[in-house]
Amino acid sequence: MSEQPVVRAETLSLTFQTNDGPVHALKDVSLDVQKGDFVSFIGPSGCGKTTFLRCMADLEHPTGGTISVNGVSPGAARSARAYGYVFQAAGLYPWRTIGGNIRLPLEIMGYSRPDQDARVSRVLELVDLTGFEKKFPWQLSGGMQQRASIARALAFDADILLMDEPFGALDEIVRDHLNEQLLSLWDRTDKTICFVTHSIPEAVYLSTRIVVMSPRPGRITDVIESPLPRERPLDIRDTAEFLEVAHRVREGLRAGHAYEG
Amino acid sequence: MRSLLPILSVVAAIVAIWYAGAVWMNSQWTLDQAARAGQSLSLREVVADTMVQERPKLPAPHQVAAELWQTTVEKTVTSKRSLVYHGWITLSATLLGFAIGTGLGIVLAIGIVLNRAMDMSVMPWAIASQTVPILAIAPMIIVVLNSVGVTGLLPKAVISAYLSFFPVVVGMVSGLRSPDAMQMDLMRTWNASRAQVFWRLRLPASLPYLFTSLKVGVAASLVGAIVGELPTGAVAGLGARLLAGSYYGQTVQIWSALIGAAILAALMVGAIGLVQRTTLRRLGMDR
Repeated sequence: MSEQPVVRAETLSLTFQTNDGPVHALKDVSLDVQKGDFVSFIGPSGCGKTTFLRCMADLEHPTGGTISVNGVSPGAARSARAYGYVFQAAGLYPWRTIGGNIRLPLEIMGYSRPDQDARVSRVLELVDLTGFEKKFPWQLSGGMQQRASIARALAFDADILLMDEPFGALDEIVRDHLNEQLLSLWDRTDKTICFVTHSIPEAVYLSTRIVVMSPRPGRITDVIESPLPRERPLDIRDTAEFLEVAHRVREGLRAGHAYEG
Repeated sequence: MRSLLPILSVVAAIVAIWYAGAVWMNSQWTLDQAARAGQSLSLREVVADTMVQERPKLPAPHQVAAELWQTTVEKTVTSKRSLVYHGWITLSATLLGFAIGTGLGIVLAIGIVLNRAMDMSVMPWAIASQTVPILAIAPMIIVVLNSVGVTGLLPKAVISAYLSFFPVVVGMVSGLRSPDAMQMDLMRTWNASRAQVFWRLRLPASLPYLFTSLKVGVAASLVGAIVGELPTGAVAGLGARLLAGSYYGQTVQIWSALIGAAILAALMVGAIGLVQRTTLRRLGMDR
């Protein structure tokens, strides 16, 4: 390999101790994510996809195996502000304007005031929210709020974007639109994106690689390299190639379930 | 304006019940007096008499209103008979006590949220402090403070603070803990320091809770200040008015002092509500 992987997980395991005995959220998960990849994690609830993402973000601590982000530990990567994290809910502070919310991580990281201003207006443009800087979150629709939260994650120029079902709570029309925007954003910024989703079309449409996971214990059952081109109009979802990949994802999900049954 | 009609309806209902009560409770005295004089009174005369007694069991609303008018508007505010004078004495102790109590409450709440040892140790004591009857502890505070040479406004303010810090502690602890796991996680992904999490997330998130607590706290402060005036034989303040009224059977005076205290409390709660609205609106939290 010429380049060091952005995320490298080797036999990663995470076991939660609960009153009902241990829960294997992740077991022997190994995966490399290369720079510029758009990797989707798909699987039923409890398959550990969110837990895996949280391990990358140093929000959970694996109980076995190793994981590195940008060649260092997740904790060190977090301290270096190597990634931006987008949650399912936008999580904007109601007492801050959209601009103020995007400015928040910049304030915490100690950017200068003029630099903050420049970055806020740049990322607002990136997510197509120019002119909404002075609005409060409740004045925006759910989709716009989620775009603002993506802008917030982009503001400090982390190379990695970790997204945990960012569009899960939105309706399909808005979701299509945001998927399209996210792809073009990824294309322009050359970020590495790890994206957790429940939706097969979303995973296939967005990703260069699709990681299919299954529960009890949480593990990877299939990794699919997408043959789709980087340039993807929405109607690519009607092509035979797209449907073929979607089919393979569905088979992978079904296989995971059969294993369990 | 839309809320005016329901409010007036409730006020009218209260006044009507009050009048009925006054007639019912005061009529016995009227009838006794009449029996002693060997007179028999018509119902109309009985009712008329219950409205104008010197020392009724329950003064009629208009008697209290007249007393309030006389003791506020018709007396100079420096007069010992002015309710404004007495009200100010109590109000100053209330405000000082409220300030102390709020400050103490916020400091304790911050300690409880940020420090595990304080979390485990302070809250039970705060709760225990409120189970002690204030009437029992108020004289102690006054005596103890008096013995170390602290007299006047401060002992009353301390009693007032004793009552008002509690709602502030409880409200602020909830408020400072109100950010959810996701918001805390977000802060973590930005590698924010504890201080940054506190100033930028916990504190602003707690503001709506703080204002609610302040409203409860200011009313408790007033109660504390009045209670502080009762056991000391204070000569000035709403508590002193209540006490003097009860010594001399001046029920009209007692009731007007009570209503005066209620109006004072309403004004203070209203003032906090105003500050709350303007602050939260400026912060975009008022919808």
